[in-house]
This record gives sequence, structure tokens and C-alpha cells, in this order.
Amino acid sequence: MVQPLPTRLQETPSQTAGPYVHIGLIPHQAGFDIFETNFTNVLAGPETKGERIRIEGRVFDGAGSLVRDAFIEIWQANAAGRYNHPADRQEGKPLDGTFRGWGRTGSDFDTGLWFFETVKPGPVEGRKGHRPMAPHINLWIAARGINIGLQTRLYFADEAEANADDPVLNLVERGPLRDSLLARREERDGTVVYVFDIYLQGPNETVFFDV
Amino acid sequence: MTQADSEFLQRDRSIHPPAFTPDYKTSVLRSPRRAMLSLQSSLSEVTGPTFGHSELGPLDNDLILNYAREGEPIGERIFVHGHVRDENGRGIPHTLVEFWQANAGGRYRHRNDRYLAPIDPNFGGCGRTITDENGFYYFRTIKPGPYPWRNFLNSWRPAHIHFSVFGTGFAQRLITQMYFEGDPLIWRDPMVLGIPDRSAAERLIAPLDLGAAVPLDMLAYKFDIVLRGRQQTLFENKLQGN
Repeated sequence: MVQPLPTRLQETPSQTAGPYVHIGLIPHQAGFDIFETNFTNVLAGPETKGERIRIEGRVFDGAGSLVRDAFIEIWQANAAGRYNHPADRQEGKPLDGTFRGWGRTGSDFDTGLWFFETVKPGPVEGRKGHRPMAPHINLWIAARGINIGLQTRLYFADEAEANADDPVLNLVERGPLRDSLLARREERDGTVVYVFDIYLQGPNETVFFDV
Repeated sequence: MTQADSEFLQRDRSIHPPAFTPDYKTSVLRSPRRAMLSLQSSLSEVTGPTFGHSELGPLDNDLILNYAREGEPIGERIFVHGHVRDENGRGIPHTLVEFWQANAGGRYRHRNDRYLAPIDPNFGGCGRTITDENGFYYFRTIKPGPYPWRNFLNSWRPAHIHFSVFGTGFAQRLITQMYFEGDPLIWRDPMVLGIPDRSAAERLIAPLDLGAAVPLDMLAYKFDIVLRGRQQTLFENKLQGN
């Protein structure tokens, strides 16, 4: 026998968000209007500082079919690289009162496309003793058929220098695995668009994190 | 001491359904097959969005009234309440809790739901609230009905309410479902049975709570939620500075 450890509670088990996740979290997409304030895929207001970007992508299943009922949330730092949260005490990086850094959306029921309108985040301090993290956006994906929400990160393909030093990217095998975390930059009619497709399964399977 | 910015305890995945649960057929093609990459917490995981009471409307936690048009919705009126804590047993104050469900006949107000049971004109089926300073929440609603779904020919979902919870860091993000004590469909449900640990699955079943019922008005069910906790070691768990 040994001394007993204090017992902890166990986390509540996850269950799939199901096909009707839109009702609770983005009711307009379910087809009705109920709340006065709705959470949306537009993170940046007119006063928000930073480079305006659109990020978009599609989600594919293991047969290569579009997942048209995926639900996606993003969480990111502001243009200065500061999270709007009390635990972020990085010095010299101002908060932007107009920017929560969080948004949510669903894949389009026809095209499968999802998108967010936001600003490009700045680099964020890494864990103590590690290099800074390259600009990135944290994604969380839930859907019918997904039993527990999937966490991944979107990095920017045009940040090659910062990406090369990123402590998380450097844990991922160079080549297609690491490339699955890079969004490619496009410009359309003056709008900067980063394209980030997510593959749930198959040869191009996206790298997901157990965070 | 637990600090609000300390890193998270590793998630115990043995109490969660794995990605691939073949009896829940949709999971077959939507389950990642590669090993996930385990990350120690950084600022990106220990932080997360915060929400204010001003973002919610006064009826957002009242599903009996928040979509009522000509009258009130049909069905069994219930009160649902519970405590949101972390694995260390601490209440999680001021966190957003969202919920959605079918109506009393088992039909969702959703453009993709084609089940033959009727839409209830007075029931939206969603709501939200923010936990109080100790982590407690409540709302009132109509007890949802079970409904058939395309999996096996006689697959019926047990009555359930979907929950979405945030916590204080994005790594705590959780979506789950609450079931009702005594429902015979629970232990035939491939989503429930996808949880490898039966005692963990039992923690999704809300007991009838007569102590919280409103006499001659509503029965009550109690559904407590536990989100991941943060490490409590004194060394090496500070992410920033000294």
C-alpha cells in the first residue's frame, strides 16, 4: 500500500455535435432567428488594427467528399500577437479592445466552404525557454461523425522565416504533414485570402493536436 | 496552487469516445487515423474567449418563452441546472454554456431535419447562459422527445440535450450531450456506447431532481459538467516570465 493521492474529478465525456449543431450555436444557418446578439465569423470591426484577411477552406472526409455540416471555431491573437485574455501578460503588446479574437461558423450546406473575416495575428511568445510562435490561428472542428472536437492550427505559408523557427511546427515531420498546417495566400480583388483545407482522414490527413 | 495561466492536465482520452466508433456509422469516414500530436500548453491553449452578460438577452435561458409566438410550446416543462467545475473541483465562473435540442415530438427546427413529427411553432430549441460566480447554471425548457435517425434501421436517439461549454482556456472546449434518467434507449445508443468506460457514460445521465422541481409546474434534472483542470505543481508550470 502507498499513501492515497487526492482524487480528481473526471472530465465530462465528449459527444458528437451532431447534424443540427447549427441550431444551438449558429441558428441563422439552421434557418431561424432567435437571439438578439449572434456570434459570427466576422472577428474584425472597422476600428480593429492590423492587416485584414479572409481565411477560408473546406473540410473533406476519408472518401474525399465534402463535409457540408462541419462547425468551426477559431481563436487567435490580435495583430500585435496578444490574446484577449487575462492569462496573456506579454509585455509591449497592446490589447485591441475591438478584437475578441474568437469566431465561429459552419460549412456552407451546398459548397462546403467556410470562411472568417479577421486580421492577421502577430507572433506570440512561446513556452518559457522556447522561441516565439509564428503567427497562427487555432481551429476547433466539430460535426456529425466527429466524436470529440478536433484541434489544429493554421499557419501562414508566406511566413517562411517565422515558421522555420516555430516550436510547434518543428515537432511535425517536414513535408506533407507540416504542409497540412500551412494556409496558402491568394489575392482576389484586393482582398487577402488564406486558403486552408482540412482533411479528416486519408493520405492528406491534417495534423491534429492533443492539446 | 492552481494558477489561471498554468498548463492543462493531460486529457484522459480513455473516458472519451475514440474518433473511430464503427457502430456510429458516420464516424467511419470522419475519424482521423493518424496519431494526434501531443502538445504542452502554450499561451494559445491556456487562453480562450470570454463572454459578457450584456451579450445575452433576458430570455436566452428560457426555451419555453424564447421562441413563443401564439402561445407556449407543447410538452413536459422541465428545469435543468448544474455545476460547471474543473477536474480539481473548482467551480468555473462566468463561462458560456449553450444548449440545443429537439422539441417534444423529437423534431429539430433545422432546415435539414425531415423527420415526420411536426415543428412546434412556439419552440426554437436553443438557449444559452453564463455560469454565476460559483460556476452554477440553469435554464428551463421542454423535455425533448426521442427520434429515429439513419444509422441502423431501428436506431432511435434517446432524449437528449446538446451542451457546448468553454471554460477559461481554448483547450477546455467541449461539446457533449445530456441524457435523462430512466430512458431505455440510452444503452442502445451507439454514441453513448462509443464511450469505452461505462461509468464515464453514466456521468452523461442527468438524474431527476425533485428537490429543484417547481410544484405543479416543472420537474427538474441536474446535469453537472466537468472541464479539464490545470496542473497544480509548484514548479515548471508557469508559461511566462519568472
